[in-house]
Amino acid sequence: MLTLYTRRRIINVTGLLVSMLAMAFGLFWLCWILFTLLSHGLTALTPAVFSQMTPPPGSAGGLLNAIAGTLMMSLLGTLIGTPIGILAGTYLAEFGQRGWLAPVTRFINDILLSAPSIVIGLFVYEVYVIRVGHFSGWAGALALAIIVIPIVIRTTENMLRLIPNTLREAASALGAPQWKIVSFVTLRAARAGIITGVMLAIARISGETAPLLFTALNNQFWSADMNSPLANLPVVIFQFAMSPYEDWQHLAWAGALLITISVLTLNILARILFRQSATTH
Amino acid sequence: MKSTLLHQARLKQQIWLDMLFRGLTRLSAFGVLALLVAIIASLVIGSMPAIEAFGFHFLVNDEWNPVTDEYGALVPIVGTLVTSGIALLIAIPVSFGIAIFLTELSPRVLRRPLGIAVELLAGIPSIIYGMWGLFVFAPLFADHFEPWINDHIGTLPMLGPFFAGPPMGIGILTAGIILAIMVIPFIASVIRDVFEVVPPMLKESAYGVGATTWEVVMKIVLPFTRIGVVGGIMLGLGRALGETMAVTFVIGNAHELSKSLLMPGNSISSALANEFTEAVGELYTSALIELGLILFFITFVVLSLARLMLHKLGKGEGQTT
Repeated sequence: MLTLYTRRRIINVTGLLVSMLAMAFGLFWLCWILFTLLSHGLTALTPAVFSQMTPPPGSAGGLLNAIAGTLMMSLLGTLIGTPIGILAGTYLAEFGQRGWLAPVTRFINDILLSAPSIVIGLFVYEVYVIRVGHFSGWAGALALAIIVIPIVIRTTENMLRLIPNTLREAASALGAPQWKIVSFVTLRAARAGIITGVMLAIARISGETAPLLFTALNNQFWSADMNSPLANLPVVIFQFAMSPYEDWQHLAWAGALLITISVLTLNILARILFRQSATTH
Repeated sequence: MKSTLLHQARLKQQIWLDMLFRGLTRLSAFGVLALLVAIIASLVIGSMPAIEAFGFHFLVNDEWNPVTDEYGALVPIVGTLVTSGIALLIAIPVSFGIAIFLTELSPRVLRRPLGIAVELLAGIPSIIYGMWGLFVFAPLFADHFEPWINDHIGTLPMLGPFFAGPPMGIGILTAGIILAIMVIPFIASVIRDVFEVVPPMLKESAYGVGATTWEVVMKIVLPFTRIGVVGGIMLGLGRALGETMAVTFVIGNAHELSKSLLMPGNSISSALANEFTEAVGELYTSALIELGLILFFITFVVLSLARLMLHKLGKGEGQTT
């Protein structure tokens, strides 16, 4: 019996050690990546990054036009995608109890949630860029909106489902019509959660590169015209990092650091916001 | 009399608003379906010239030559599958360990921060992983690991040819490793969520009869969550298959089929990322779009299976076994 007992203990200890090693292994790479990012990015992050345009190879410059382009497209993408996402999520949670539409939509939405983003770029290229005849900021914003929609739908539905039914019944008993119940009672109660979802969506699209390659393309100069190719951080990083020029590579690191910081900040803010609202309710 | 009329008019207005609101939400939900149909339709239409020109031969042809307008998808398809396979081979055991650590082993104080750290890392844009792979990992890999692989594994009789080749740093193996690092936090956080579904009572009763932590994980948690775990892994696979930026930086973009994992290759997404904007001619563009269609099809199947499995777990897996 003792041998069985010791064998079980040995298996247990090795198994647990291995899983601890796995944790260390995972954290090791990720710490390494973050460390590289900080050490390369911080030295490259100068005031010029925020005040000058992307340079031609061999001269100094910054990322101002790319930062502005990313901000504009992310903002527009969110503005287009969020209302559609919230409405569809509302349908799934509030009206979709019967019929085939809700379960099918839910399933498709879950797939779109992790569909390859480069295919979405191809889609927008096919239906918009070809029609218009040129790459443009609008096409980029459209591609980003398509990525935003499934994320917002998912969180909106999940958050609305957390709202207790008594709230709906109370409003209904007062004689409120359905649209008022949903928009003034349940959606309002789920507000914090939905905002969290929108923030997570913004975090996701601000680092997306693949869908912008064939839609917004890139622009070396300052441009605020959404109807022309628009510079944006991810594509600039891609182009600069792949180039043989050292100046460009430095700028790429600076851009990578900027994107990572903003994505992480948005994620953390969303978490804090959600936790606060969860504790006050 | 007048007030009731007014009342009725108001009521009617509200009913009308109700219908409008419900219609609007339904239209949006319908929009999601329409979006999927539109994506598939546009890809099919876009790839029509290539489908007509090459037919099914496209799938098994390893030629990719813009000069002679001869295209085949074999190299990128193999590249996508092999890199994702390598990624899963590394990522599954590691994410497993992480999930076990987070649910069973970690001290309570560390559980939340470590869990959040893993989730945050899953959100880092993939271009960062790609850049790190190109500038930091690939040179190190070429200098220190690939010569070793060449000398020790490359000389083995069966495995040898897969691990022989010039130590360039970039190639299929590197791309697979970078992908693994990228999907580890993703799969780990899904598996952790799945593990947390297990009712504490089940685990406690196992501990009560004297099971070790390892036995609880292997004989209680895993059988209970089996489908969900597989679903989580498939979700990670879907991610890895469609991933563009992390792969494009390090795969080497060579349209050549080579036995060795150390040689550069190509994946569907990196072929698209590199060539699409520069593609001239209808057939070239259309062949690339057909690649996109194939990618979408593969990920669609994988993700559907993943969702079905995760859904099944939600419906009370474990009661039947």
